[in-house]
Amino acid sequence: MTETHDDFEPRITAFVCNWCTYTGADLAGTSRLHMASNVRIIRLPCTGRMDPLFFLKAFERGADGIIVSGCHPADCHYTSGNYHARRRFAVFHDLMEFIGVDPRRMTFSWVSASEGAKWRDVVDEAVANVRALGPFDAYRALTPESGETAAARETTPAGVDGDAP
Amino acid sequence: MSRVGVFVCHCGENIGRTVDCAAVAEALKDHPGVAHAEDYKYMCSDPGQQLVKKAIEEHDLTGVVVAACSPHMHEKTFRRAVDQAGLNKYMCEMANIREHCSWIHEDRGEATDKAIDIARTIVEKVKHNRPLESIKIPVTKRALVIGGGIAGIQAALDIADGGHEVVLIEKEASIGGHMSQLSETFPTLDCSQCILTPRMVEAYQHPNIKLHTWSEVEKVDGYIGNFEVTIRKKARTVDIDICNGCGDCLAVCPSKRIPSEFEAGLGKRTAIYVPFPQAVPNIPVLDRENCTLFKGRRKGLAKDACGKCKEACLKGAIDYDTEDEFVTEEVGAIVVATGYKLYDIGREQPEGLKGYGEYGYGEVPDVIDGLQFERLASASGPTAGAILRPSDGKEPKTVVFVHCVGSRDADKGMEYCSKICCMYNAKHAMLYKHKVHDGRAVAFYMDIRAAGKGYDEFSRRAIEEDGAEYIRGRVSRIFRDGDTVKVWGFDTLSGEQVVIDADMVVLATAIRPQDGVRELAQKLSVSTDEHGFINEAHPKLRPVETNTAGVFVAGACQAPRDIPDAVAMASAAGAKVLGLFSTDELEREPAVAVVNEKTCIGCMRCELVCPYGAIEQREICTVDGQVCGHTAFVNPGVCQGCGTCEAVCLSNSVELQTFTDEQVYSEINALSLWE
Repeated sequence: MTETHDDFEPRITAFVCNWCTYTGADLAGTSRLHMASNVRIIRLPCTGRMDPLFFLKAFERGADGIIVSGCHPADCHYTSGNYHARRRFAVFHDLMEFIGVDPRRMTFSWVSASEGAKWRDVVDEAVANVRALGPFDAYRALTPESGETAAARETTPAGVDGDAP
Repeated sequence: MSRVGVFVCHCGENIGRTVDCAAVAEALKDHPGVAHAEDYKYMCSDPGQQLVKKAIEEHDLTGVVVAACSPHMHEKTFRRAVDQAGLNKYMCEMANIREHCSWIHEDRGEATDKAIDIARTIVEKVKHNRPLESIKIPVTKRALVIGGGIAGIQAALDIADGGHEVVLIEKEASIGGHMSQLSETFPTLDCSQCILTPRMVEAYQHPNIKLHTWSEVEKVDGYIGNFEVTIRKKARTVDIDICNGCGDCLAVCPSKRIPSEFEAGLGKRTAIYVPFPQAVPNIPVLDRENCTLFKGRRKGLAKDACGKCKEACLKGAIDYDTEDEFVTEEVGAIVVATGYKLYDIGREQPEGLKGYGEYGYGEVPDVIDGLQFERLASASGPTAGAILRPSDGKEPKTVVFVHCVGSRDADKGMEYCSKICCMYNAKHAMLYKHKVHDGRAVAFYMDIRAAGKGYDEFSRRAIEEDGAEYIRGRVSRIFRDGDTVKVWGFDTLSGEQVVIDADMVVLATAIRPQDGVRELAQKLSVSTDEHGFINEAHPKLRPVETNTAGVFVAGACQAPRDIPDAVAMASAAGAKVLGLFSTDELEREPAVAVVNEKTCIGCMRCELVCPYGAIEQREICTVDGQVCGHTAFVNPGVCQGCGTCEAVCLSNSVELQTFTDEQVYSEINALSLWE
């Protein structure tokens, strides 16, 4: 079965570290590199701060894909946070694959502060991948909050207060 | 209830061109918890900041979101303004709608929608920000300068003259760097050694400067104001405190044919050597790679194969059994001044570079690079200043100078301009013509880039007064043809091929960062560009700072620099360091982790993952002093705020202030508002 989703505008949440990828994305801006507008960045101090539950929450709240990006190996501003991130992501990635999630919805990358062009490529590729896969309704259907999601889009974000994962 | 103010900046046309700023402000007005939203042409300008301050007062705001540029650009600016208006400055955050939105999208509708989303996520975050107090940290008023070239010497002298101690380290046996190799300097043609060596001596004798030569940075710990640097003092074999520099050891060394680094391979040195006669300190080192004794030891000979230098040393300063030593220096600021190296014209190339097969991979002996020409022209050089070609020692009657070898050539891995070559080529042509009056100097160039005080006049003088022939065009091939070096080129002005039978060719090879700079950058947590040059914090406004607070940069390790530039940068870095040292305490962002002792179960997983050893176990006692359990405790002075502990905490008991779970989940939740 091949479905095309050309009209579909995917929603992708990106979790990036402050020192490398966020700055790399800044450089993409300074260099005026045009890219798809489907990605929303959430800045973390380090990818070591990243909790796989963030991704589940993002999916639950309507994201069709996620991106995680930090400093290259050995370049972490905090010495080793990116290694923790890599291990966590590897386990999470396998788990998601096991439960039947297409791994192309989850992008993991290293983008340094000098790699504005690489950030653009990561974004464009992730958007193209997720667009081909279509909306991630399957995941949202699993969660009890999914019913509320549509409503939440219209009004206040539900349960933002101390919303424990 | 939160009362957040949203301030949308047009940034002139920068944001306004692609984002409908008024629509963003209008959309945010209706967002829950937003008490006020407005847009303005230049929010960072004084009237813009006044707007923010006024709104805080009028609307009794509890938080501020400035939708403008990257937080790396103006977060400080707006936090200062918010602080002045009496609101805790950590209640202010930037929504990046410029770098991450208006500059990278073209469709106005899409960009505006995205800008609204970005502003909303940050509003949701700010609703969960808590007022925080900055952390005060003490400043160690000592500086470390890495690299003893002209930039490092200048920075060290400026800081030392300002009254603070400086630790200057140099990986070679002497300070002086590349400038000590130069014959004369543009645009004044004054002798390089004559202006440099007094500075070298001054640095050596300065009461505030502690010099470690033959040393490298091993490890860097800590942060601004409080670095702890471990320095590897490579085994010199010669005791620097006992040796009086008499040179008897050099005279007896049997290994006399080692290519001298200082002479750029054109001269020879012994295994125990002083790099050059004016070296500072004028104390030899033993090159263990090339020493007969150490070669023998490596082979496992039972008896030492040599030992002549030790016998010759009447002071008893030589000890073959010394090993690398490690010393630790505590400093508050670091200046990186590691300089440059030239693109190697030989066959061996570092990763990513192709080398110059078309120029014979430097295997034609009379094809040399710019630094080798400096040594030929230098009065202290291997030919005592006579221009003699390396192959047969004859005076070359035709010399071809080739500009831009590697530079401005993406195909060779470097698209940047090396900046100094146009000037030193003009200088070389002049020096050559001054020494060989009947000689012919021909230069192949792409453009003449002589921007600088007195620079264009200087390069014109080479042509107009000294008769150098400048041909605009590239050289396609250089090869040996009997006694001569054939140069095939193309003159793009006349549209003709040019073939020159040269006696010697000088290649102006590209300036590259010094070896090992990437490793050093990693130790310092500073970033480098794709070529390995160290990134400055801002190309225009913060040219000598790096993205790590307390680490500064000077000279050619940041980009190709000539001497005046390097010295200016070094003095600028010195001024920055002195500014830092003018205060006793620094303010640091309170981005540190805090443990909730009520819920912590004491599993200490956080301690395992903390890269700084900032987490320790603390005992909990009952009223009568009995230990009844333990919890984790974060030392705020050591914590750097990465948040790795928070991600592994089983009981949600540790949180990184400024990036709490509450804040991040609020941001994620805010995105479900995507339309």
